[in-house]
Amino acid sequence: MHEYPITQRIIEVADEYAEKNHADEVKVINLVVGDYSGYVASSIELYFDIIAQGSRCEKARLNIERVTPKLKCSKCGEYFERIPYSFECPSCHGEGSPTEIGQEFYIRSIEV
Amino acid sequence: MSENREIEIMESVYDKNDEVASKINAELTKKNIYAINVMGAPGVGKTTSLIQIIKRLEGITPYVIEGDIEADFDTKTLQSLGVKAIQINTGGACHLDSPLIGNAVEELNLENGVLFIENIGNLVCPAEFMIGEHAKMLISTVTEGSDKPYKYPLAFEKANIILLNKCDLLPYVDFDEEFFMKGVRALNKTAPVIKVSGKTEEGYDEVVAWIRARINL
Repeated sequence: MHEYPITQRIIEVADEYAEKNHADEVKVINLVVGDYSGYVASSIELYFDIIAQGSRCEKARLNIERVTPKLKCSKCGEYFERIPYSFECPSCHGEGSPTEIGQEFYIRSIEV
Repeated sequence: MSENREIEIMESVYDKNDEVASKINAELTKKNIYAINVMGAPGVGKTTSLIQIIKRLEGITPYVIEGDIEADFDTKTLQSLGVKAIQINTGGACHLDSPLIGNAVEELNLENGVLFIENIGNLVCPAEFMIGEHAKMLISTVTEGSDKPYKYPLAFEKANIILLNKCDLLPYVDFDEEFFMKGVRALNKTAPVIKVSGKTEEGYDEVVAWIRARINL
């Protein structure tokens, strides 16, 4: 549901950068979306075609790089992917703490 | 076809929201307002807890911004108790964002006190958006089940204080407190977890003490 305004924002930013760089058309938008960012990549794609109409991004392809969240073990320092219902480190059975990995959501670049 | 030219952007999609949030936060701080973003799933007792807290805030002026997708029952309840409250209806959106709060803050004309911003009933999206708050209060309940930190980690990770509501129902539900706390502590080492009951009113004195310790009035 909240992908709509965020998709608008993505197109706004891409459009702005294209204009600044004297490009009439954006060909690719490279997005980085962490799985814990709360945004569903397929929903962004769904809205994209509708919102992009009439903008420089109308024919752009969305290239979404997804990032799997990782925890950091507070005992051995290893970064690991958690298994459901657990925060335990697979190597040393220590406890993992949340990191920024998997929470990102940014526009890496556009291709014009 | 000519080769694509790549233009680096590296801009977070949250930037615009966070920028407005910082401005609101600075504005509130200047007015000596401590703002608390109250989050939790629908039906966990966000408004009920606010009423219990506000009742105990002697000497501190409370303000409330009520976020709901539709309707204004909660605002009316609070206003009938003499609380300065304002309603935001998002008309479908699943969380409050900072531009919405910016407008409401202006309208409320705040000074010296505590502002509670009751977010949309939702355990997912509100945790992702800063709205100018000084602290995030998460309300969880024994009826939701002890697996919630494992299923909705972000809300528990971001919280500064966690209320475990409906604890009067502990004898009747299969709530595994140890499992719950293990999950909370993996995500969040510092937030106090306070057992409360909107029904029996237990626990709220401790919540109010936590708030009092954070404001300079």
